[in-house]
Amino acid sequence: MTALAHDRETLLAQGAPALLRQMIRVRRFEEKCVELYSATKIRGFLHLCIGEEAVAVGVISSLGPGDAVVSTYREHGHALARGVPMNAVMAEMFGKATGCSRGRGGSMHLFDADLRFYGGNAIVGGGMPPSVGMALADRMNDRDDVTACIFGEGAMAEGEFHESANLAALWHLPVLFVCENNRYAMGTALAREHAETDLTVRAASYGMVAWAVDGMDVLAVREAAERAIALVRGGGGPCFLELRTYRFRAHSMYDPDRYRDKAEIERWRQSDPIPRLTGELLAQGVVSDDEVATWEGEIAQEIEAAIASAEAAPLEPVSDLTRFVTSERQTP
Amino acid sequence: MPETSFSEAVDRALALAMTRDPRVVVLGEDVRLQRRGAFVRFGASRVLDAPISESALLGTALGAAMAGLRPVVEIYFVDFIGVALDQLLNHAAKLEAFTGGRWQAPLVVRAACGGGYGDAGQHQQSLWGLLAGVPGLSVVVPSTPADAAGLLLAAIDGPGPVVFLEHKLLSQQWLDYLGGASREGVQFDVPAAGARGEVGEPPVPVPLGVAALRRQGGDLALVSLGVGVHRCLEAAELLEDEGVWAAVLDLRSVAPLDVQAIVELGRRTGRVLVVDEDYTRGGLSGEVAAVLAEHGVRSAYARVTTEETIPYARALEDAVLPNVERIMAAAHALLVNAPGKRG
Ligand SMILES: Cc1ncc(C[n+]2csc(CCOP(=O)(O)OP(=O)(O)O)c2C)c(N)n1
Repeated sequence: MTALAHDRETLLAQGAPALLRQMIRVRRFEEKCVELYSATKIRGFLHLCIGEEAVAVGVISSLGPGDAVVSTYREHGHALARGVPMNAVMAEMFGKATGCSRGRGGSMHLFDADLRFYGGNAIVGGGMPPSVGMALADRMNDRDDVTACIFGEGAMAEGEFHESANLAALWHLPVLFVCENNRYAMGTALAREHAETDLTVRAASYGMVAWAVDGMDVLAVREAAERAIALVRGGGGPCFLELRTYRFRAHSMYDPDRYRDKAEIERWRQSDPIPRLTGELLAQGVVSDDEVATWEGEIAQEIEAAIASAEAAPLEPVSDLTRFVTSERQTP
Repeated sequence: MPETSFSEAVDRALALAMTRDPRVVVLGEDVRLQRRGAFVRFGASRVLDAPISESALLGTALGAAMAGLRPVVEIYFVDFIGVALDQLLNHAAKLEAFTGGRWQAPLVVRAACGGGYGDAGQHQQSLWGLLAGVPGLSVVVPSTPADAAGLLLAAIDGPGPVVFLEHKLLSQQWLDYLGGASREGVQFDVPAAGARGEVGEPPVPVPLGVAALRRQGGDLALVSLGVGVHRCLEAAELLEDEGVWAAVLDLRSVAPLDVQAIVELGRRTGRVLVVDEDYTRGGLSGEVAAVLAEHGVRSAYARVTTEETIPYARALEDAVLPNVERIMAAAHALLVNAPGKRG
């Protein structure tokens, strides 16, 4: 069982710099994706988590190596935080054979079986039932692993949420339900989507521990995630965390974003998790400007290298297209 | 007749139906934004913005239809129908049969379909074969603005339930959403005809189950629907340069299927090439072959379909989805393998 070591003070002194660096890494990666999308290197829909990095980094850094992550189409941050190599993620965006899904999946379908990252799912709520199943298998195999199932608040309107929450609670399974409440499901604000807007009340009604956390504060997220994971891993059944956050950008790249006030976006930008933690760490003398600048340099290099490697990588040959569909399954 | 875009044509037909019949209501995610015109005109009581609850939504539309409304329920992308399939498959489609024709479900399920822009396997499916296989469901797939308006009107006025599928590549609204308008260098393989076209004022209803012969020809029949029709027309032009006279049949409706049109054209040409963006197996393309066989039509047959889970990378996607190149290759093979009858 992971030690429940980290209150805010210890985190500030020890783990916080790594969390900050990881958030910056995710942010810079996605900012680069914006450029690459405009330059038509990336196709299809592109959903960014800019503004929501504290959730990805805070929750996923709390997981142990054997734990599983089930995510959505807004999953670049989850994948990077989980340790899917940036080269493999970038190559996937470029549709190359070296991509983590061989160029078959693109932005919405990042996977890494070795890391148990059952990542990109482009069907809202679609990842929830398999999360319950992964947890079931882990328990039946006497593994004390936890499955973190990440989804948006909009997905809680789907039947799959309610069926999965009930089943996980009924069977007392080790699932951590992670609700990234960024207040909008495409153009639909929370209160237009849900009759009961306190999401923890609804999760709790299934008989699981549920609470809400400031999702713009990575230390608060980390603290809560550690507590929740310890509870789940310890056999307490599923747990539900609502991380209150905000996406700074449109739902996907060219969503006209006409459903919210610019002033509201500006207000939320004031609690941008990255400057917020940077300021705190600088003020406390935990990191220095130089260190942050060094990270920025390293990250920029990592991104450039990932792009160069993706550019140079081959496409999957068309002759391989029938592989991994039905044909290979018939001849095991 | 005035020229309009595919999406405008659908909007106009919907507005006309809503004006004529107060029972027509629209339900769906973000419809107050996506169907701005209808929302402004008819208000929130008839254009109902709904949560991401497709199953409840479709079932609600069914119940409302049973109790006297004429709902148009939007499922956004047809791929998302997965979560709502029970209401369509086991309820809406069964009602009329279960009640011996005494109770109908006049509802339209509206969804975008199709691929060719890099959204991979959970956003670019067609699925009309899967849906059309269920007795009791009608499935229509327009290829022109006039048909989009006309089929929608007929679907709304009919006894239902009808699945109305709009190919994303024909809809400017979707192409804009994908950045087509503002990303320089973005190229989707969009057929120019189809995305715009003449639409009657008011739009004329198009009956379900009646195919349209888009091009005459005696050597080969290209049978398709949706975007595929335009790819076939392009291929037919190229074939003409080679001295091959290809007919193009736009099925427009997968269920009911215009069996007579297929049989007649098969007999006349002796060679049938089905261009179907849906999956190969258990679907429309095989159904066309079965129809020909059942009617004793001894025509050569081939198909260009989507064989695999649709991949993200452009080159792979191009290889998987039907395109002019693949149609030409299949046509050539068919002409070589069945050289008998010519013109
Ligand atoms: C079953 C299904 N219905 C609808 C959609 C279209 N869709 C994609 S994202 C989205 C909004 C989801 O909102 P939320 O769950 O809050 O997550 P967020 O996008 O805000 O991260 C919708 C409706 C879909 N992908 N799948």
